[in-house]
Amino acid sequence: MLEVKDVRTSFKTDRGLVKAVDGVSFTLERGETLGVVGESGCGKSVLSKTIMGLLPSNASRSGSIKFEGQEIGGPSIKHMRDFWGTQMSMVFQDPMTALNPVMKVGKQITESLRHHLDVSREFANETALQLLSSVGIPEPERRLKQYAFEMSGGMRQRVMIAIALACGPKMLFADEPTTALDVTVQAQILDLLEAQQAERFMAMILVTHDLGVVAGRADNIMVMYAGQSIEMAPTRTLFSQMRHPYTEALLKSIPKLNQASHTRLDAIGGRPPDLVNPPVGCRFAPRCPYAQAKCHQEAPPLMVHDTPGHEYACWFPVGTPQGAEALAKNQGSIGTAVGGQ
Amino acid sequence: MAGSGTAHLRDANEVLLRVENLLVEFPVGRSGLKVNAVTNISLDVKPGETLGLVGESGCGKSTTGKAIMQLPKPTGGSVMFEGRDIAKLQGEELRAIRTRLQMIFQDPISSLNPRRKVEDIIAEGLNIWKIGTPEQREAKVNELMEAIGFDPAVQRGKRPHQFSGGQCQRISIARAVATDPKLIICDEPVSALDVSVQAQILNLLEDMKARYGLTLIFIAHDLAVVKNISDRVVVMYLGKICEVGGPDELYANPRHPYTAALLSAIPVPDPSVKPSERMTLGGEIPSPVTPPSGCRFRTRCPRAEALCAEQEPQIHQVGADHFVACHFPLEAGETLTASSESFTV
Ligand SMILES: Nc1ncnc2c1ncn2[C@@H]1O[C@H](COP(=O)(O)OP(=O)(O)OP(=O)(O)O)[C@@H](O)[C@H]1O
Ligand SMILES: Nc1ncnc2c1ncn2[C@@H]1O[C@H](COP(=O)(O)OP(=O)(O)O)[C@@H](O)[C@H]1O
Ligand code: SF4
Ligand code: SF4
Ligand SMILES: [Mg+2]
Ligand SMILES: [Mg+2]
Repeated sequence: MLEVKDVRTSFKTDRGLVKAVDGVSFTLERGETLGVVGESGCGKSVLSKTIMGLLPSNASRSGSIKFEGQEIGGPSIKHMRDFWGTQMSMVFQDPMTALNPVMKVGKQITESLRHHLDVSREFANETALQLLSSVGIPEPERRLKQYAFEMSGGMRQRVMIAIALACGPKMLFADEPTTALDVTVQAQILDLLEAQQAERFMAMILVTHDLGVVAGRADNIMVMYAGQSIEMAPTRTLFSQMRHPYTEALLKSIPKLNQASHTRLDAIGGRPPDLVNPPVGCRFAPRCPYAQAKCHQEAPPLMVHDTPGHEYACWFPVGTPQGAEALAKNQGSIGTAVGGQ
Repeated sequence: MAGSGTAHLRDANEVLLRVENLLVEFPVGRSGLKVNAVTNISLDVKPGETLGLVGESGCGKSTTGKAIMQLPKPTGGSVMFEGRDIAKLQGEELRAIRTRLQMIFQDPISSLNPRRKVEDIIAEGLNIWKIGTPEQREAKVNELMEAIGFDPAVQRGKRPHQFSGGQCQRISIARAVATDPKLIICDEPVSALDVSVQAQILNLLEDMKARYGLTLIFIAHDLAVVKNISDRVVVMYLGKICEVGGPDELYANPRHPYTAALLSAIPVPDPSVKPSERMTLGGEIPSPVTPPSGCRFRTRCPRAEALCAEQEPQIHQVGADHFVACHFPLEAGETLTASSESFTV
């Protein structure tokens, strides 16, 4: 349904061209969930905005984005407007900035319905009520007449989801939908998204910095680093046979609930590269415990190696003889390739 | 009262800090109402220990930390530190405590003065209190910069905006350690950081603790982070204590329904754990202006009974170093199951 091919998005800034997304490709079918994972600034939100056609004026993009076979996100913004809501819609991290602060939430839902679907006022009101109860909002009649600021963070996010679902989109983007929420409310919202997705047979892209959030909920996971997709696989494969050293390092650096207290964490040294002048070769090389001379010279291509559906971009993958040899070599000559603190 | 009591406190002679019945209230405009931010919290910390304070946003973690620092003074309760009740100290005497009681905040960049150089930021406390000779102060700054992984020759003259969030948090740690404090209160020091940087800072805190003989109160909402760094953990909900214990025992056998619900809500990076099979807690935290009577958790608790609305549970012992404030705690090893009405999504 969605086919993204070699998408690149950059921003003109005073410091130079920021290559925020640099060659990302994937496909997504109806009913599937793709988890997009990576650390702050790796390009997750820019990728979402690129696909939604929501880029600011200092941005330029190349590559192809096809929705049901049709190229989208072209030069005409008006064309994208018709897409939002009915074909694809978005739930953001901070519902407060996405909701209109001076319009009652009921009206925000009915406006969107009437704009996109050209239905009667009565029908829109009825639908809004149904939507609010379907996203688990108690006393929906009362809530329809409230403003966003009168609600808790969890309630607002439910309203955002109701608005996103209002016109029956075929695809839903959720960009860190629960990052601002408490863990017990996060679980409620993720359950809600999953239930609605199954019921409506939507495709969903779930963007998060938390590998835990996508582990139990996504069909496929794409790991991003410095604007690039570096590993992509069905969720179980990714966790059981991770091949990219960054994916491994990311997972290892998280404190686990089942580890004893005071377990020393495997931190990743250094920090991600500057996207104005990314290093030649592999972008993870300055921090990678497996890195060899080749990594600093030549960028590894993202490709399928042995398992179908499992792509990664690395010369010395985790769990392979080449990887083991590279790691042993570096450990022998104490951390020559490993970045500073 | 819900979640009150002092059964979990240890011998006063063995502890560095002992807080009893801490009460912090904020007025709500001129309405005569008040925010019950922290209600009768008691806790203590032994020298060399890291006490973790965990709970969801608004449960009063930061308010507890600041009240211990006397920023501002709590509405009630005592804060015994180095043998004195610092809640009773005023002016210069109170200010002098600040060298031995320090705080580190969540937002690493905005908590540092943007106009000052790194070396001056780290030396701040040393200069204010004229600790040591100028040469000794400079040596101390050099030593601290090295301890946080900075090269003094290269980095000393830089300003905060030239550093990443993680590096700014390193600077905050060096600044807090400079005056040889006895206790450092860390309020969500890694919450704003990416996971890879978070691990660096947690490791650094452990190293600094060992090197400088520090005692920590570590505040966070992330249970896995708190478990990793703590020797004892206090779980809070809506201004009250739910459960106290050693981390390994507390996480393996949560006895308070809220602790159990929190643990089951955490998304774990393991695809074989299906979120749909776990217990999801319904509802949200009630307003601290009008907290529920009796046990404050009862409006969301799957085990609540009539007694929970009438009487506040007192903290009582359930294991060697394990205390819970609940009328109907879980048995060790028992899993929390949802009652029909709280299992609403
Ligand atoms: N409008 C813009 N102008 C210039 N640079 C931008 C703009 N928007 C984003 N960027 C840059 O693009 C890169 C990717 O940003 P993006 O917001 O996609 O990160 P992210 O992965 O969503 O991170 P987070 O986890 O913090 O949300 C960053 O370096 C960011 O500074
Ligand atoms: N200065 C203040 N004025 C009014 N209410 C406050 C103030 N500071 C904190 N609160 C309230 O006290 C409660 C506890 O807050 P806080 O200690 O910041 O929680 P936490 O750190 O656990 O997220 C919250 O309801 C918060 O809104
Ligand atoms: S081994 Fe080389 S190619 Fe693979 S991630 Fe490390 S630096 Fe990149
Ligand atoms: S069982 Fe009662 S006392 Fe215990 S947590 Fe639930 S409501 Fe509170
Ligand atoms: Mg983002
Ligand atoms: Mg706080």
